[in-house]
Amino acid sequence: MSVDKSTVARIARLARIHVPEERQEKLSSELNGILDWIEELNEVDTGNVEPIASVTGHSLPRREDVVSDGNRVDEVLANVPETASGFFVVPKVVE
Amino acid sequence: MSDLLSLSAVAARAALDAGEISAPELTSAYLAAVEETAPLNNYVAVTAERALDMAAASQTRIKSGEAGLIEGIPVGVKDLFCTAGVASTACSRILEGFTPTYESTVTANLWREGGVMLGKLNCDEFAMGSGNETSAYGPAVNPWTGADGVELVPGGSSGGSASAVAARAALLATGTDTGGSIRQPAAFCGIVGMKPTYGRCSRWGIVAFASSLDQAGPFSRSVADNALMMQAMAGHDTKDSTSAATPLPDLMAALDKGVKGMKIGVPSEYVMDGMDSEVVALWEQGQAWLRDAGAELVAISLPHTKYALPAYYIIAPAEASSNLARYDGVRYGLRVEADSLDEMYAETRAAGFGEEVQRRILIGTYVLSAGYYDAYYLKAQKVRRLIKQDFDTAFETVDAILTPATPTAAFPVGRKVDDPVTNYLNDVFTVPANLAGLPGMALPAGLNSDGLPLGLQILGRPFDEASLYSIGRVIEDAAAFSAVPQRRAGGAS
Amino acid sequence: MSDLVEGRTGEWEVVIGLEVHAQVASNAKLFSGAPTAFGAEPNANVSLVDAAMPGMLPVINQECVRQAIRTGLGLKAEINLVSVFDRKNYFYADLPQGYQISQFKQPIVGEGMLRLDMPDGSTREIGIERLHLEQDAGKSMHDQHPSKSYIDLNRTGVALMEIVSKPDMRSAAEAAAYVKKLRSILRYLGTCDGNMEEGSLRADVNVSVRRPGEPLGTRTETKNLNSLRFIQQAIDYEVARQIEVIEDGGEIDQETRLFDTTTGTTRTMRSKEDAHDYRYFPDPDLLPLVIPQEEVDELSAALPELPDLIRERLTGEYGLSAYDASVIIEERETAAYYEAASAERDRKLVANWMTVELFGALNKSGQSLADCKVTPAALGGLVGLIEDGTISGKIAKDVFATMFETGKDATAIVEEQGLKQVSDSGAIEAMIDEVMAANEDKVSEYRGGKDKLFGFFVGQVMKASKGQANPGMVNQVLRAKLDG
Ligand SMILES: [Mg+2]
Ligand SMILES: [Zn+2]
Repeated sequence: MSVDKSTVARIARLARIHVPEERQEKLSSELNGILDWIEELNEVDTGNVEPIASVTGHSLPRREDVVSDGNRVDEVLANVPETASGFFVVPKVVE
Repeated sequence: MSDLLSLSAVAARAALDAGEISAPELTSAYLAAVEETAPLNNYVAVTAERALDMAAASQTRIKSGEAGLIEGIPVGVKDLFCTAGVASTACSRILEGFTPTYESTVTANLWREGGVMLGKLNCDEFAMGSGNETSAYGPAVNPWTGADGVELVPGGSSGGSASAVAARAALLATGTDTGGSIRQPAAFCGIVGMKPTYGRCSRWGIVAFASSLDQAGPFSRSVADNALMMQAMAGHDTKDSTSAATPLPDLMAALDKGVKGMKIGVPSEYVMDGMDSEVVALWEQGQAWLRDAGAELVAISLPHTKYALPAYYIIAPAEASSNLARYDGVRYGLRVEADSLDEMYAETRAAGFGEEVQRRILIGTYVLSAGYYDAYYLKAQKVRRLIKQDFDTAFETVDAILTPATPTAAFPVGRKVDDPVTNYLNDVFTVPANLAGLPGMALPAGLNSDGLPLGLQILGRPFDEASLYSIGRVIEDAAAFSAVPQRRAGGAS
Repeated sequence: MSDLVEGRTGEWEVVIGLEVHAQVASNAKLFSGAPTAFGAEPNANVSLVDAAMPGMLPVINQECVRQAIRTGLGLKAEINLVSVFDRKNYFYADLPQGYQISQFKQPIVGEGMLRLDMPDGSTREIGIERLHLEQDAGKSMHDQHPSKSYIDLNRTGVALMEIVSKPDMRSAAEAAAYVKKLRSILRYLGTCDGNMEEGSLRADVNVSVRRPGEPLGTRTETKNLNSLRFIQQAIDYEVARQIEVIEDGGEIDQETRLFDTTTGTTRTMRSKEDAHDYRYFPDPDLLPLVIPQEEVDELSAALPELPDLIRERLTGEYGLSAYDASVIIEERETAAYYEAASAERDRKLVANWMTVELFGALNKSGQSLADCKVTPAALGGLVGLIEDGTISGKIAKDVFATMFETGKDATAIVEEQGLKQVSDSGAIEAMIDEVMAANEDKVSEYRGGKDKLFGFFVGQVMKASKGQANPGMVNQVLRAKLDG
């Protein structure tokens, strides 16, 4: 599996990072270097192995259904780059 | 002043309680040390005023007999921890100017126990790096100097933390460890660093890198100080679903337990190509010390060790690609204006994230994307289980495992490396513990021929940090590591 | 198959599957302690977790888990004792984390079934594919500013149950019946208020068409329909559009579409065009959700009786018509009202009084059953008076009107207004004699063969009694006297 320039462009688009055309070549070779190395994993027989997502062995703790938060608009908007009338503001979205 | 800086945290606590020194005095000495070592670039923000206020409050509590575990002790905080009212940026441009209104659980615990906050410490951007060279604030520097005075990296990602503690610009410091980010810099800087069991320290309020691997832990100049700080910062937190309810044992009591009768594993797979012969020699020395102290050394096998690093470089970037999606210019931090929302995202993230962070986000996005998920991400999660099983099996026969902390000593700042994988190999000994969720301690054990510190690593069973402190104390005593870095505050007294 | 649609080139079968997003009835959000209340000031119901501040972590709300289990049980579905939360990654202005916490591979509820009761009394079973818990997104407003969108995160993180049906529906009417029935079950269970106007229940409709007997065609998904009417409109539009495209030699694109409520048409959703790679993976901030079997058993034991079972009793044991039964069971409160009112009465008569008089009056006055002054016991009492002959059905209507106004008891009204039915045969005979004496000519005509005049005499007698004469007795005595 090899990452070409167009793949770099596609994943950069998915990740919402603008990668200028001139950097795509270099990135594709770097990513290929990393991926080639990662493919060492194919040496491992994982035929009967279940993937593990969490090593704690515990199950999900639950909290009570109590309103304990909210009503902190000032904090929510404390660091906001642009706001109006209590809303976050972004460039217009066309659906 | 230099007398104050040479006190351990345990000794400083005793002197504070005895009234031999005062908390404001100690804090002032450290603030001066911070200034003195400023060229090491280990602090990204110094909170002098807050430190003095906290120290004054500590003094009051000491006088009224209400002192906490680390009352009056000056502590530096890795910039990955959110600290209320103090800019917290993960050393990334994308969090430029972000000032949380909240305090991370770990730092809140430290302040509750009387810690005095000196400021925020440099680190790799979003904790992604092994040399503290990816920081938006520029590299932090190791107080140990290489041959010909060449500047060395302090390790990473918690490089500023390790540098500051080693340079006596903080008595204690917090770090986070996702693949070795506490243990590797501790080894590079000749100090003690502990990554506790996954779930031991709350992740709430810490900027996430890879949630299933991230753990906070303490940096100190002695094993006892480390246990003291660990005792103050750890604990169950209902705000973190992965936080463990397992009670923390008395770590201070574990310090003098010794290792008599303990079985210590020595994994054959930790001898690697290109490994420094001095590192191997030190490792053997460490085994001898433990044998002399009454431990039984047992050869063990951790057959999947070799695959830990590649598995890590799938899992960590995958989680990071998702964890870092929130940095989008909408609610906080940097925003690059553009006409459309998508352009705003893409330009903001291109300008805000450094090269290494971008690289990892792209790798992480790729390994999760349609058609590649099974081949990469799922495969890595399967290998992760095998790595954990290796340890489970080993811990059926041994109580702890001794390994080198890093394959080499600290390397020069700005060392040119043509491919990223070479840098990633720094974490080869530390990454397995993160994948398996195990506690691991790195501590200094000797110097190499260049006069640079080398560290050993002790790995333990889940939630058995106590044994690591027992073992660490034995190694510390045997190694009698007394060398000091050239560029530390107060001179080499 | 009456559901087939006639195209230019022959018949088409419509295949519909629905994804319903139902807001879980809970005080706080799925992973934060912020309130779920509707209509708050912008960003007031937002915690730092909802706003995805750095370092914030999710902790699950126990009640949301239990509501999902209850709903699963109500849909006769399998409860998965271990389920996993995944991240669905995509960028959008109202999705602060850059991912939605959802359940992908291992949902909390597996396969189940929902029964549709068709107007002709027949039933259809619609398969439930799964139910999973997930976070709602925030709200973007595009009409506040010429070049900006405004974002409110109040809904962000509110718990949703996404209930996915199998592609078992064959017409817009069936899809609407499905949503209606699902809504009713959710409301019985108390797991979702079903308020479609406030967005508590929204449907994504997956529509495809095929020639009868052929494999499934390519489907489109029209998102976020928040009324039964829109669901039907969107389906009808999609069916017509797809048939036309195919009959013109074109192909259907598998795509996400938006419904325009003003024109009743659907169109391609631009912003989602390239966003189909969601990169799902298990959320590393959360652990597997493990539900003890005892918890499922407890919730199951405490479940209220659901409409299907009540319907069976109503149409079976009580002998009600399919129509009356469906009207009565639509809401849990109505069914409970009916059970209470009819407990000791003629079940059918009470059903009739409820569906015609009570619902008619409620409709006319715009009241709901909850604010109605007529208690179940009072309605039962009124029917009791009819049953034992104290009042006639006709008088009862007047009595009911007064009850509805005043909330007074039927017996009291009858007493006060002297409306008691006259069942004294002597009194009735006297009245009949009077009427016959006053209409001797008509009596002759009747006896001469003009049978139709019988009704005239009944009317006259009832009029003389001010409606209070027992009609059965009047009939009987009158018949005897006239014929005798
Ligand atoms: Mg959908
Ligand atoms: Zn959904």
